[in-house]
Amino acid sequence: MFHSITPDEEQDMLKTIGVSSFEDLLVEVPRNIRVKGLLDLPPPQSELELRRRLKILANQNINADNTVCFLGAGAYDHSIPAIIPALASRSEFTTAYTPYQAERSQGLLQTIYEFQSMICGLTGHEVANASLYDGASALAEAALTAMRITKREQIVVSGTIHPHYRGVLKTYLTSVGKIIEIPHANGVTNLKGVKDAINGNTAAVMLQSPNFYGCLEELSAGIQIAHDHKSLAVVSIDPIALGLLKPPSEFGANITIGEGQGLGNPLSYGGPYVGFFATRKEYVRQIPGRLVGRTIDTQGRRGFCLTLQTREQHIRRDRATSNICTNQALIALRSTIYLAVMGKHGLRAVAEQCLKKAHYTYQQLCNIPGVAPAFPHSFFKEFVVKLPCSPATVNQELLHAGIIGGLDLGSYDPALTNHMLISVTEKRTRDEIDRLVDTIARHIKSA
Amino acid sequence: MIEPTIFELSREGRPGYLLPPLDVPDTPVEELLDPKVIRTPLHLPEVSEFQIVRHFTRLSQATFGIDQGFYPLGSCTMKYNPKINDEIANLPGFAHLHPLQSPGQSQGVLQLIYDLEELLKEIAGLDRISLQPTAGAQAEFAAMLMVRSYHQQQSGNTRTKVLIPDSAHGTNPASAILAGYKIEVVKSGPDGLVDINDLKRLVDTDCAALMLTNPNTLGLFEREIVKISEIVHAAGVQLYLDGANLNALVGMAKPGDMGFDVVHFNLHKTFSTPHGGGGPGAGALGVKSHLEPYLPAPTVERQDNRYILDTDRPQSIGRVATFYGNIGILVRAFTYISRLGHTGLRAVSRLAIVNANYIRKRLENHYHIPYNRPCLHECVVSAKDFKSNGVHAWDIAKRLLDYEFYAPTVNFPLIVEEALMIEPTETEPKASLDAFCDAMIAIANEASSAPDLVKNAPHTLAVSRIDEVTAIRQLDLREAP
Repeated sequence: MFHSITPDEEQDMLKTIGVSSFEDLLVEVPRNIRVKGLLDLPPPQSELELRRRLKILANQNINADNTVCFLGAGAYDHSIPAIIPALASRSEFTTAYTPYQAERSQGLLQTIYEFQSMICGLTGHEVANASLYDGASALAEAALTAMRITKREQIVVSGTIHPHYRGVLKTYLTSVGKIIEIPHANGVTNLKGVKDAINGNTAAVMLQSPNFYGCLEELSAGIQIAHDHKSLAVVSIDPIALGLLKPPSEFGANITIGEGQGLGNPLSYGGPYVGFFATRKEYVRQIPGRLVGRTIDTQGRRGFCLTLQTREQHIRRDRATSNICTNQALIALRSTIYLAVMGKHGLRAVAEQCLKKAHYTYQQLCNIPGVAPAFPHSFFKEFVVKLPCSPATVNQELLHAGIIGGLDLGSYDPALTNHMLISVTEKRTRDEIDRLVDTIARHIKSA
Repeated sequence: MIEPTIFELSREGRPGYLLPPLDVPDTPVEELLDPKVIRTPLHLPEVSEFQIVRHFTRLSQATFGIDQGFYPLGSCTMKYNPKINDEIANLPGFAHLHPLQSPGQSQGVLQLIYDLEELLKEIAGLDRISLQPTAGAQAEFAAMLMVRSYHQQQSGNTRTKVLIPDSAHGTNPASAILAGYKIEVVKSGPDGLVDINDLKRLVDTDCAALMLTNPNTLGLFEREIVKISEIVHAAGVQLYLDGANLNALVGMAKPGDMGFDVVHFNLHKTFSTPHGGGGPGAGALGVKSHLEPYLPAPTVERQDNRYILDTDRPQSIGRVATFYGNIGILVRAFTYISRLGHTGLRAVSRLAIVNANYIRKRLENHYHIPYNRPCLHECVVSAKDFKSNGVHAWDIAKRLLDYEFYAPTVNFPLIVEEALMIEPTETEPKASLDAFCDAMIAIANEASSAPDLVKNAPHTLAVSRIDEVTAIRQLDLREAP
């Protein structure tokens, strides 16, 4: 039990309140809807029992800590520097809430300001918010933002965007927008399809690069089509790739969003992650979520506070730019610490190792008779290969060799049956890669 | 203490993070990528690991969490977060599991999701739960989409309006608008509860849902809840519970028994996961069986003692999160509920209610209390009596910081002038409730005898009152390169 009031204190308090029993405080709760007796739940359990029981449950999961992971597709097994959990688990950070009282929350506010600064540094934009739930909700919020800015309601979405992101976008726009999805052309955006679909009611063209299949998109061409129709260009990006790749803003993107999980956050079966959202200063009053600004106190000293809150639901209610309230501050903090530890050289080094290790893996796999490259485009840390057999059976074989294999794309797109999406981060060693390649080669040979 | 920003600490050439030597062929980047797509400048700091540790440690010391002191932020349920929850969530089998691993590789986490759903069903008296929403507001939005699909299925007509009381949280109208609805505001009566006559006037067959918070944001239970449920259901309107205040009801009364069709829970509030300085939280979504087909997909199902992810849900509103929600938060909530068990959970609500009423009673001779009768988990006091001295609720909040407390929720709910909404939670010791009440009383006296002391607070912190107007006028949202 975690309460601190003793039975004697409780009696004293009831006396102060002026009631003779606790029941007297429930006068407004009708008796016929009160729970009689106890809930049908287990009795309390000690830490000892719980730890034992939940360790058994946790150990039933194969995980990337004890198994070599080549699975990516929006969640990545990057290395997590030791200082991230050490600092982010400080309970001043973990047990605070939204910094409504600026004067007693300066530290937290400054961490958010630094997060915004680093996301701007990465994306080349002028404004970034304090975080959104995840990459998919960031994409959906970008669509809604573009609709507010352009006062248009149609969104043209490339089929190379992560299918789950497209799914969430569709959910968010169920009653307020229209989506036209353009199927991919050989692993990249079908630019002709985009050109044919775009019209005077298009609020945004949405792209992802590197895309779901790992391929780099021709961003300037796609963004140009959007701008030719006075639509906004929204690009979803892997922040690790930005250590090496030009940010979409340099090609004219209006809004850049993405998933920050790879920035020092564990896989955690899909969450909590953190979405980021960056854009141009001219749109600042239309963006969703919290924003922290640098300002002064009454004595002219530097200070930070939540700002432009009139955009938000707790003030603007039905006319807010978004319904978001609680966001992902602690995961944003972890990402901030990650980017600080890596710094400009470290992030570049991580990105280069991802790039080179992924290309080595790709070369080795494509040397196996029967394995073929799927798409003729450049890639960063993920790529697709076509196998001569089912990826599910390959993955079973890999698991016996202590490897979590790639994603079976057949379940997402029947045209990509026997295709596997493989992700290679800086964490992978040449030994592990060679083991992946040997296991697949042996399996194909024996099949 | 003014801590420099991380960019101000940066010096060119400081050693960065060390990676292992590259053990694959070192092909030049320009041979692997079109040089046109390779970036040159990267605006990130260059700081040593030790500097980073000191920087964020100092920033943590300039942050206030419940582990340091009383945090009576109303409607946010700032209770103690047991440390065992974090330990379990950090077990490698939960923390390092990839979301796209096959169900065969993730039986443990799927079972935990399934079991947590069972616990929440019993707590709330509902038939199914989705744990996918990543926050309460996202669950609200998902709920309104489900209501929309339900009406569409029932009558081919989604209906156009959602009813929301004037005391509701701001997320309610924002979520309903996102789901495509118009908002109609239901007035509160003189007792602070839903005005039944106003509700009757507004309810018709064009209303899709009534979004209700119970206990409401005054901490008062809607005593006519059964009647409200009858009124709305007679017109086919779905009854939605904003479960932000569920901490008042755990083990005492079930939303399902009150007539609610769909409920969201803030797992981070009632089930005590750390609020993280503004998230991550987790929003669960619970429904009666008639709304089950519309729950976000995928759901977790048990078949022949195996747990699977069911994506084949044709009537689902679709996906709301990239993967399956904030699993790390779900593990913590599961651990919390299991730790407390049936008897522990019952004590949660009882002591949360006793603590809130104790504060209400101790303050009643010093602050105007607009609805002064037994409340549940929180109480709302008003600072309007000090307005004549130029002192506002906001000033009292700032002065509390000098007394080493965090402040209550201020100027909310909107139906109370100069509101201070105080939620002590069950974990707070009596001594700290007394110290807080003493401080509130001292500040009330100051507001009369030395109003400038309150108006210019805080006086004891590293910064004085922050200038929010300048923040807006001279917008500075990042450290520019």
